[in-house]
This record gives sequence, structure tokens and C-alpha cells, in this order.
Amino acid sequence: MTAAPLVQLHNIGKSFANGVVALEGLNLTIQSGDFLSLLGPSGCGKSTALRLIADLSSPSLGRIEWPQGEQARQKIGFVFQDSTLMPWTSVFNNVFLPLRLAGVRKSEADYRIHEALDLVGLRAFESAFPGELSGGMKMRASIARALIQRPQLLLMDEPFAALDEITRVKLNNDLLYLKAELGMTIVFVTHSVYESVYLSNRIAVFASRPGRIVRMIEIDAPYPRDLNFRHSALYAQCCKTASEALQGAMSLEDQL
Amino acid sequence: MTGQSPPNSRRRLILIERLSENILPILVFIAALAIWEALVWVKAIPPYILPAPSRIATTLLADWETLSASLFVTLRITFAALFAAMIGGVGLAIIFTQWKWAERSFFPFAVILQVTPIVAIAPLLLVYLDSSLAVLTCAFLVAFFPILSNTALGLASADRHLVDLFQLYRASRWQELLWLRLPAALPYFLGGLRIGGGLALIGAIVAEIAAGSAGQGAGLAFRIVESGYRLNIPRMFAALFLISVTGIAIFLAFSFLSHLLLGRWHESAHKGER
Ligand SMILES: Nc1ncnc2c1ncn2[C@@H]1O[C@H](COP(=O)(O)OP(=O)(O)OP(=O)(O)O)[C@@H](O)[C@H]1O
Ligand SMILES: [Mg+2]
Repeated sequence: MTAAPLVQLHNIGKSFANGVVALEGLNLTIQSGDFLSLLGPSGCGKSTALRLIADLSSPSLGRIEWPQGEQARQKIGFVFQDSTLMPWTSVFNNVFLPLRLAGVRKSEADYRIHEALDLVGLRAFESAFPGELSGGMKMRASIARALIQRPQLLLMDEPFAALDEITRVKLNNDLLYLKAELGMTIVFVTHSVYESVYLSNRIAVFASRPGRIVRMIEIDAPYPRDLNFRHSALYAQCCKTASEALQGAMSLEDQL
Repeated sequence: MTGQSPPNSRRRLILIERLSENILPILVFIAALAIWEALVWVKAIPPYILPAPSRIATTLLADWETLSASLFVTLRITFAALFAAMIGGVGLAIIFTQWKWAERSFFPFAVILQVTPIVAIAPLLLVYLDSSLAVLTCAFLVAFFPILSNTALGLASADRHLVDLFQLYRASRWQELLWLRLPAALPYFLGGLRIGGGLALIGAIVAEIAAGSAGQGAGLAFRIVESGYRLNIPRMFAALFLISVTGIAIFLAFSFLSHLLLGRWHESAHKGER
């Protein structure tokens, strides 16, 4: 993997008006092509970190650098835990949203929307309303919307946490497929050790109060990954490492 | 074959359920009318005390020309007031959400207008305005607040993450308003409209009664007051009946509108079908 930094967080601190220090001294380099998972206990500032990268909020301290220029920053995809679709309109119009806001006409966007829907296997449901879809399908629509602009960076905040195990495993594989197809960089927040090991090449383990990275774990398994990887000794080993790191992060908290 | 029977008996059960759901209230209503009618005949109650339903019906037909003209006046005032309240309420709600200082400065006025009973303002309005305009203003004032507060609430309760998403894609304030906040507010607005519709009618009636004989508009409430003076109780009941029917019709019309507009997406429009 060619290691060219896409985003660098330098000594980031974030505190809120109510006095909560969500992040302190956060240093993180996201390489182009990374599948980076952020793993940590609840409230350790993972969502806050994503929002800072997406420029939805600004750091109280430190700076965020985009070494490859600003164009990557202009096009970021974001997927939330709940699929966050507009319930009053069709899947097609939901996926159209980013282009529509950028001033693209529907007739010009048509082809790209269908392409995005094909990628996530929702072409047949373009005129369905979100309320008529299952949880997994809603999430697919949400991913299609995030991908419509072909972002270099895709941020995902616990996207599959609300889904059942079977759907989740399926979507894990689909996400790996999409990444291989489109080659974007992904930062993925999760509470699941197994999910993070299966998907990522790197896992940043967070501790809380204040939120910071206490451990960086490399998963040295090649892509594409499949069931064989899930059953391999390396997978088990990595899960153990990540799990122990998470335990360590949580015990740091208990000492306070 | 017996294995096939459950769906059939189940269907019959559903049918009975449907029938009882719709027919039962109608039957009860008819029974109540019949008892009323019987009571009047048996006890020989004179129509200037309590007219029988049949008498009210014949009065309604006989006086239809006068009563329908009054109905039309009341309807016109109610809908004009409701329309003005809709424009004013939605417009002000939009201004409130776009400029926070406007909300802070003007919301107290809206609340004061709302908590002051309309009956208490009506005489004052009648002093300042000519009677038909005063009636219109009263109806407007009561219908305005629920539409304003519901719409403002709706505009403010767009999904937090959708708001983030609009910001991520650098939506302008007006794009956010048009494509996110207004659609998100639609169910709230329709709820406000349903309440406001009923209140506009009440406001119009109350103001007309306050105007009393001074009113030249001659809406349904005026007919009630007038019939009271003349002890024409059957006509009073007939006018009352028309007011009730109008109220019910307004409520049903807006419920139907909600159903049309929200049918495919909002919980409130799903009638328990899963
Ligand atoms: N807008 C805000 N105002 C005040 N405090 C906030 C705000 N957003 C987050 N916080 C606080 O900052 C801390 C970190 O929150 P954050 O949502 O980033 O955690 P998280 O790691 O994503 O947690 P979870 O795994 O539960 O989603 C929490 O203590 C939270 O209460
Ligand atoms: Mg979070």
C-alpha cells in the first residue's frame, strides 16, 4: 500500500461549552487507501473526531491538515448509524441529494444515481420510500448517497450497529467490495472488535476522559478478505490483541 | 379441506369487526335520535322548548334559503381567516427559524394573544373595526397560534444528522429550508391546520355572537341569536346543527388532506396497517 497521508490530525483538542473535554492531544494520520477503524468505549470522542474531520465542527486546539490539497476535503461521504434518509421522498431522490445541493440537474444526475444504486443493489427500489425498506436496505441507500460524489474519503459512524448479525456480515462484505471497486479511504467507527478486525488494515483504539488514541493496531492480512479470513488463526490473534487493547483502554478509565 | 377453513373464518371475523367499527356508532346515533323524537311526542313537549329531530329537519328544509346564506357567510369567514392564519403562521414560523432574534422579540406577543380568551377581545375589536372585519380578525387570531407554534416546532425538529448532512454538502440556508426543514415540518403544520380549522370556526361564531344584533354579516351565529330573540327554537337547533356539521366537515377535510400528503411516509397517516 502506498503510504501517502490524506488527512493529518495534529494534537487535536476539543472541549464543549458545558466543560466536557471530548478529545485531548489526538494525533492521527489517515493514509490514502486506509480502512481505518476507530474502536473505543462509549463517549470517548469517536463521533467527535469524525465530525472534526468532516468540518462539521472545529477543533478547540490543534490543526487538521490535508497534505494532498483541498479537493479531497470538498468531497467527503458521511454515513450515520441511523440511515438518515429523508422519509418524505424516494430512494432515488435521497441518493440525488448531494448532487442536487451542488446544483446538478436531475437529468444529468440520472446516470450517476442509477450507477450508485446498482453498486449497492438497490436499483429495483429507486422509487420506494425509506419507510418501505428494511434496515439493511436503508443503510445501502445511505451508502449509495454517500458514494454518489465519488468521495476520496468516506466517514462512517457505527453504520451497522443497529442491524442484525446476518445483515451486518453481508454489508461488511459489500463494503469491502465497494472499497476495492472505488478505492476510497474509509474511517469507520465501531464498538465491535470483530467487525473492526475483519474490515480494517489499521485499528485506532481510543480511551476516554479525555478522548485520545492509546493503541494503533495493524491488521496484516491481505484483501480481499472473506470467510477464510474469519476462520483463520491470524483473525483470532488480531481479535485477541484488539480486545486486550480495548480492555486496557477501559481499565485506564476505571483508575480515574 | 378443514385445513383451509381458518382463513375463511378469519375473514368473517374481520368483516364483523369492520361492520361493528363503522355501523355501531351510526346505530347508536340513530337510536339517540329516535329516543329524542319519542320523548318529545310522548311527553308532548312544545317545539319552543325542545323541538323533535323531525321538526328540526323540516325547519332546516323550510328555512334553507336563509340558513344556507348564513352558512355560506360563516364558511367564507372561517376559510378566509384560516387562509390568513396559514400564510401568517407559516410565514412567521419561517422568519422565527431563520432569524433567532425575531423569535425572541415577537414570540411573547403571539403567546399573549393566544392566552387571552377571544371572548374578551371580541368587544374591543368591535369597537375599532366594522363588524365583519372584527369577526374575521377574531377567527384569524385563534387559528393563527396553533399553526404558528406547530410549524415552528416542526421546522426546528428536522433530524439532527440530516442537518449535518446538509451542512456537509454546503447547502445554503434556503436550500436547507426548502428541502429539509419545510418537508420535515409538514406533519406538524398539518396538525396545526386541523386544530386551527376548528378554532377558526369557533372564533367566527364567538365574535358574531359578541357582535349580536350589530352584526350585518348574518352568519350562522347571528341566526342563533336572532332565533333566540324570536323564540324560534327549531331554527336555532337547525343553525346549531349546521355549525356542528361544518366543524366535523372541516376536521374530516384536513384529516383527509393529511392522509393524502403524508400517506407514504409519516406514522400519523398509517392506519395500523403493517
Ligand atoms: N455538542 C456537544 N455538547 C456537549 N458535549 C458533547 C457534545 N457532543 C459530544 N459531547 C460529549 O463529548 C464526549 C464524546 O462524545 P462522542 O459522541 O464523540 O463519543 P463517542 O465515542 O462517539 O460515543 P458513542 O460510542 O457512544 O457514540 C461525550 O462525553 C459527549 O457527552
Ligand atoms: Mg458516537
